[in-house]
Amino acid sequence: MAILRVDVVGETCPVPLIEVRKAIRKAQPGDVIEITGTHPSSKKEIPMAVEASGLKVIDLKEEGNQWTIQIQK
Amino acid sequence: MDHSNPEIALAGGKPGDKVTIIVHSYAMDKLYSALIIGTGALAMGMDVAFYFTFWGLKALQKNGLAKAPLSAMHLLGLGKWMMQRMMRKSKVATLERLMADYLELGGRVIACDMTMQIMGIKKEQLRQDWVTDYGAVGTYLNEARHSTVNLII
Repeated sequence: MAILRVDVVGETCPVPLIEVRKAIRKAQPGDVIEITGTHPSSKKEIPMAVEASGLKVIDLKEEGNQWTIQIQK
Repeated sequence: MDHSNPEIALAGGKPGDKVTIIVHSYAMDKLYSALIIGTGALAMGMDVAFYFTFWGLKALQKNGLAKAPLSAMHLLGLGKWMMQRMMRKSKVATLERLMADYLELGGRVIACDMTMQIMGIKKEQLRQDWVTDYGAVGTYLNEARHSTVNLII
């Protein structure tokens, strides 16, 4: 099991979603994808995309305008 | 590049969980709409096909994406220059980057061969690394009839 970290701080639509998708494709079953960003809408859209992919968000943290989402593959 | 989109299965996507977009216009802002919706849909686990026809075909020519004017307020390039400046400030991805991401995530690009003929555009004038297929109205409808989202841009 590995942790794949994706940094999209400062990036805007649709880059955070695209980078999450790339990471999901790259990850092996059991891996955790951790994505950190600041784009406000992506915070709610990434969990939507994750769910649509049949995967689970296992953690969502927020600090100021920065959020971190963990996805279990 | 992966155009068969095998992660539809991974995504739990159902047949019909698909977007088809006719790209009819050659305008920077409209190409952004198509590519943002296209990459977004792929990220949501959907299958996506673009069907480029009429003026849209110009976007597939070499430097086509970079040279596209604005659909309004182009102002001989001044409007576009200002728009691009604002976009860089907001860190908006370029059209070329979005196209590369679109293809990497399994998005498909169909060029309409009938309108290529009437517009005098030859295959070798199009970016071969972008076009995944050529077709006509039957190809478009075969995609569209299985799509839940059908747009013309």
